[in-house]
Amino acid sequence: MRHLLGIEHMSRDEIERVLETSEAMLEISQREIKRVPTLRGRTVINVFLESSTRTRVSFEIAAKRLSADAINVTRAGSSLSKAETLADMARNLAAMSADVLVVRDSVAGVPHMLAERVRVPVVNAGDGCHEHPTQALLDAFTLRQSLGSLEGRVVAIVGDISHSRVARSDIYCFTKLGAEVRVAAPPTMMPAGIEALGVKPCFSMKEALSGADVVVMLRIQQERVAGSLFPSVREYASTFGLNARTLALAKPDAIVLHPGPINRGVEIASDVADAEPSRILDQVTNGVAVRMAVLYLLTGGAA
Amino acid sequence: MSNPAEPASAADREAERELAQGRVVLDAAGIQRATTRIAHEILERQPDVSDLVIVAIVRGGEPVAKLVAAQLEQLSERKIPQGALDITLYRDDVVARGVRPMPRPTRMPCSVDGKRVVLVDDVMFTGRTIRAAMDAVLDFGRPAAIQVATLVDRGHRELPIKVDFVGKNIPTARAERVVLRKRADGELEVAIV
Repeated sequence: MRHLLGIEHMSRDEIERVLETSEAMLEISQREIKRVPTLRGRTVINVFLESSTRTRVSFEIAAKRLSADAINVTRAGSSLSKAETLADMARNLAAMSADVLVVRDSVAGVPHMLAERVRVPVVNAGDGCHEHPTQALLDAFTLRQSLGSLEGRVVAIVGDISHSRVARSDIYCFTKLGAEVRVAAPPTMMPAGIEALGVKPCFSMKEALSGADVVVMLRIQQERVAGSLFPSVREYASTFGLNARTLALAKPDAIVLHPGPINRGVEIASDVADAEPSRILDQVTNGVAVRMAVLYLLTGGAA
Repeated sequence: MSNPAEPASAADREAERELAQGRVVLDAAGIQRATTRIAHEILERQPDVSDLVIVAIVRGGEPVAKLVAAQLEQLSERKIPQGALDITLYRDDVVARGVRPMPRPTRMPCSVDGKRVVLVDDVMFTGRTIRAAMDAVLDFGRPAAIQVATLVDRGHRELPIKVDFVGKNIPTARAERVVLRKRADGELEVAIV
C-alpha cells in the first residue's frame, strides 16, 4: 500500500490485511505499557484543516503507540492563513522528512491532490463528502468482532447518504467484504443513482431495518441541513431516528454503529446509544488499532 | 535419521523424502525426548515452579512450548501459566527496513513482575528474535529472570545471547534453513531444507 486515499480502489485482500493487522494492534492498547518500538524515529504529521476531536486524537495516539513522533497542524495558526497553497505547505512538511501525512479537509479530493505532489505516504482522514476510509475500516473491524464475518450479513446505513463520506466508505468496504447493504434516507438526502454502488435505497426505517444484522446511523449535520433537507429535527427524529421502537424492526441481536459525534435525540435516542446493542465506544477503541495498522503498513513502502 | 534399527525400506523412504523435503534432523520421538529433557532441566535449575511462566515465541515456539509445559505440569503437578509472544513489532529489521510482516496478537497470562519467564522457541539462530522477545517481555513488567529454551540450536549467533536449555545442537551452514513442521500425519519434525 502506497497511500490510503479511499476504500473504492482497495481490493478485498488489502482490506483484510489491514483488519488482520489491527487484531495485533488492539492487544497493545490493552497493556499497561501501551507502546511498541516499531516506528521509532518516524514522524507522522496530522494535517487537520477541518475540525475533529476523535479522528485527530485517534491518529495521534496510534502514531505514539508505535513510537512515532506525531505532529498536529490545524488550519488556525498555520501558514494557510498567509495564503500559502496547500500543496506548498505539504511539500514543506515533506521536506522536513515526514514519513506519513494524515490529511483531513472539507474539500473532496485534497488528499489525492497532495498524494500526487509529495513523495510521502498520504492517509485520507476524511475529505469533504467523498471518503473516510479509516472509519470504514474500523467499522468493519468492529463488526467482525461481533459477527466473525460480514459475508451475507445485512447492513442498513441510515442518514444523510448524499453528504456522508462515512456512508460512501462504508458502502465500498462492506460490499467488498460480502455484505448486503441498504441505505435509508429521506429523498432529499438520497443521491440519485446510488444503486450503482451495489446498494438498495430505502425510504423508510421499516424497509431498511427489517431483518438487518447491523444498523449504521449517520450524524445529521444540523448546522448545515436543518430546514433545507427536512422540515424539522423533530420530524426527522420521528421518521428516520433510531429508538427502541425502530430498532425492534431489525434482528433481535442487531448491532448499532455510529461514527460520532452523536446527536442524542436526533438520529439516535439515548437509550439506544447507551444500551447493549450499541458498539459506539468499541468503534472508538478499535479506531486506534486500525490506524496503528494503517501507519504500520504504509511506512513499509509499496510492498 | 540415525536410527540403526530402522529397516531398509523405511530408510529408503526416508531417503526419498530427504530429496523432496530436505533432511529430517529430529523426528517426533526425538522432539518428545528433547522437550522432556528441557522440562527436567528447567525444574533442576529451580525446583519451585510457583513463579514460573512459559512464554512461546509466535509461531514456531508454540508447539514446543506446549510440549514443555505439559511435561512441567505433569512433573510438578502444578498448573503453569502459559503465554504467547509475537515479536514482529519489536524486530530490528521492521524498525529499520521496509518489510511489513503480519503481526499476530500477543497473549500474556499474567503480569511478569517478579516471575521467572522461560522464553521457548523452535530454532535458535542469530539471536535477534530473542533480543526482540526480551524487549517485549520487559514491556509487560520486571521479571525476576528471563531464560531461553530452544528445541534446536543451529549456531551463527549475531548477538551476545546465551541459551539456557537446548533440545539439540545441530551444526548448520549459514545459508541452510532449519524448520519445525507438521507432517501430513500430524507428527512434528525438524528438517534442514
